[in-house]
Amino acid sequence: MELMVKAEGVHKSFGRLEVLKGITLELKPGEVMCMLGPSGSGKSTFLRCINHLEKIDAGRLYVDGTLVGYRQQGDKIYELRESEVAKERAQIGMVFQRFNLFPHMNVLHNVIEAPTRVQGIRREEAVQKARTLLDRVGLADKIDAYPAQLSGGQQQRVAIARALAMEPKLMLFDEPTSALDPELVGDVLDAMRQLAREGMTMVVVTHEIGFAREAGDTLVFMDEGVVVESGDPREVLSNPKHERTQAFLSKVL
Amino acid sequence: MGRWIAAAIVLFVAAALIYSFATNSRVQWGVVGDYLFDARVLRGVRATLELTVVAMAIGIVLGVILAVMRLSPNPIVKSASWLYIWFFRGTPVLLQILFWGIGISALYPKISIGIPFGGPVIASGNANHIITLFVAAILGLGLNEGAYMAEIVRAGIISVDEGQHEAAHSLGMTRLQTMRRIVLPQAMRVIIPPTGNETISMLKTTSLVSVIAYTELLYAVQLIYSVNFKTIPLLIVAALWYLFFTTILSIGQYYIERHYARGSSRDLPPTPLQRLRWAALARREWN
Repeated sequence: MELMVKAEGVHKSFGRLEVLKGITLELKPGEVMCMLGPSGSGKSTFLRCINHLEKIDAGRLYVDGTLVGYRQQGDKIYELRESEVAKERAQIGMVFQRFNLFPHMNVLHNVIEAPTRVQGIRREEAVQKARTLLDRVGLADKIDAYPAQLSGGQQQRVAIARALAMEPKLMLFDEPTSALDPELVGDVLDAMRQLAREGMTMVVVTHEIGFAREAGDTLVFMDEGVVVESGDPREVLSNPKHERTQAFLSKVL
Repeated sequence: MGRWIAAAIVLFVAAALIYSFATNSRVQWGVVGDYLFDARVLRGVRATLELTVVAMAIGIVLGVILAVMRLSPNPIVKSASWLYIWFFRGTPVLLQILFWGIGISALYPKISIGIPFGGPVIASGNANHIITLFVAAILGLGLNEGAYMAEIVRAGIISVDEGQHEAAHSLGMTRLQTMRRIVLPQAMRVIIPPTGNETISMLKTTSLVSVIAYTELLYAVQLIYSVNFKTIPLLIVAALWYLFFTTILSIGQYYIERHYARGSSRDLPPTPLQRLRWAALARREWN
């Protein structure tokens, strides 16, 4: 079976600071991978490399068998044109820590913007789909609201619906609950759990240990730009092998 | 108490000034009234409005293009925009107007459309016929305005959160789609107030084209008072018209700003008209 995400020795530097020092990992379709680690460990940067929001400096990164952001000819790799990168990104959904809804559009327009503009889907069809998706995340009654009129939890669920409207084959979550008040985290995690149950392939950068344990198929622990430990979440969480994992878990659990 | 004293002093000084001006017989208010709606003055008003609208339209379109170019990852596109802004902001607009009005036809008596560097010519004409006074005035004002608008639009684009670009890109939107649909509409909130100022400023700057003898409002009254020597009343006529339109523009700006503030705050403050209406309603309920 083709892998959904395959990283081979991915490197990334910001100036002289090396943030990713050779990340190698694999994710099968339908699986949920949770990435854990102290801040500055490079997990968010790696996530942003998967849809080419950050360019990698070395290594290979494939999504669904295709090189991300580059084209290989013989031994050489060439950066893709902007429109080609956009096409790749259209198939990968992303949810951000700070929601990043479009504040000048109401909820409905946030959700139908990309399907109508990027995929060229008919407006009525996009609206129909948006209603279904918003209903699924429990926000059918907020369809006319502007983002500023919603709570953080509601905004994040709209952001999830917005990403799903593109019918992505892979969903990336960049600390989706970190900016939320504690009592609002549950609704967002519920929406993500439901998505996982429906078989969506997901990469989730998170500090929610509980979510990683229940919903994750693999857990990756990163520190200082490398994968320290990975495997079955229950196994890693209850029986961490590496001392850095043990140290981190002893602080957060 | 101090507030009342300050207010009283201000009111007193203002009243004294207005009184002395209004009752000064040399102002010749009657003459002002005679010429306020004179056909020549009204033609001048129309010319001033045309210049303002067309020059601002050119300025805004150029400004958006230059700002997007300035933020382009392509270094050549970026420097072209920088060079344009450097040149047009670096020289006086009066000089630019003189250049288009007088200099260009001396420099290029014939203007041709065709392949450059000595290629075949498709069409050509006398520069003085192509660059009429109106075209010269528009070029002088519009090209200069483009440079200022570029900086305003750029400031607006930069003010939009980086996360908005990322969200749009992650949905598969291209750079231009992101600009047009996501970033520029949000940048409007920052772009509109200074653009309103630019428009008001442009309305008055159009008076500079009187130097190339284009008959806008100021030149129209100059033509009249050069014959009848009623200089002061005619300058007041022009001033009243400028004030009238800057007032209208300020009101327009208020409502456009409100429109683009949507989504940034939960509730917009009421407009003066709404406040008046509510006050009237409240009074009625009181009684």
